[in-house]
Amino acid sequence: MITLSEIVQKLSLEVAGSEGNLERRIVAGYASDLLSCAMNRAKKDYVWVTLQSHANVVAVASLLDLAAVIITEGNRPDEETLARAQREGVSLLLTPKTTFTVVGELTALGVRGEPEPSS
Amino acid sequence: MIPPLIVRRACRLGLGIIAVTDHNACANAEAVIRAADGTGLAVLPGMELQTREEVHLLCLFDTVEQCGQWQAEVWRALPPLANREEFFGPQYVVDADGEWVRTEERLLAASAEIGLEQAVARVHALGGLAIPAHVDRPSFSLLANLGMVPANLGADALEVTSRFQPEEGFSQWPELRAWPLVVNGDAHRLSEIQNRTLFKVAAPTVYELSLALRGAEGRKVAVDWHPTQS
Repeated sequence: MITLSEIVQKLSLEVAGSEGNLERRIVAGYASDLLSCAMNRAKKDYVWVTLQSHANVVAVASLLDLAAVIITEGNRPDEETLARAQREGVSLLLTPKTTFTVVGELTALGVRGEPEPSS
Repeated sequence: MIPPLIVRRACRLGLGIIAVTDHNACANAEAVIRAADGTGLAVLPGMELQTREEVHLLCLFDTVEQCGQWQAEVWRALPPLANREEFFGPQYVVDADGEWVRTEERLLAASAEIGLEQAVARVHALGGLAIPAHVDRPSFSLLANLGMVPANLGADALEVTSRFQPEEGFSQWPELRAWPLVVNGDAHRLSEIQNRTLFKVAAPTVYELSLALRGAEGRKVAVDWHPTQS
């Protein structure tokens, strides 16, 4: 399983919010800009890719204990949201790339939409 | 939906206050206000803003001038795209008799580059009311797009659709219990105009409505959850 720091390096992501746990391992990925869908489909240790930068992104990531959120298309959370991410230990990874590109790169690195079946 | 027919339908339903809230636009509000002149129906000028998050936000004002100021801010925040009538329909501006005045060429079916909380704050600064629209809808809504009511939303109320059933709705979204709720028709056709939300106010103004939504100074708001007729 790939770690956050490997993804940060290979996708050239900017780390915002919490930097505390970049050695965390990612079990799978999910992409949607509807937070209600992310709440239903993303799970613990997933990376979530979205262009939304609203404060509720941090709330959802914290609630679900996601490994990280990648915020695409150059969207930047406001200072209050970044501070909240810091407090909640949520890693926000920023990129000017589109969600399509990011998901393609994650897939090439072996991240799938579902966790690998444990053997 | 031309102004005289909107006014006639609203009066027949026994409505005392309506708001005109076109998508990202307020150009038709004044015509409805004029059409209602002398009928006793109060018409608030407004807009259904589509925010950066694609959340629809009802913005209600006392005067056409306030609404026009808000429109100017929204124009600056909308992408400079032309409307495509074959996809989105024609965007007519009409007069009080429903006669064509002009066709808005800029695309109104887009998101303004204004965040939800920022929009609420700006509408308040202009003296208006800000109410996220049809929050229980699966698209273009606060709960679908943002998952939950944001902690620092600052809105005056939340609007639920006429399909909202309190027992199921409050069980699905318990946080809605803490909010003043209103039900409107979100009417795109005359037949969709609803009379479901009762305000106890001294006058049909933004200030009085805001008192009612807060339950202050004896003003009240109540929704008829179980209408006998649809």
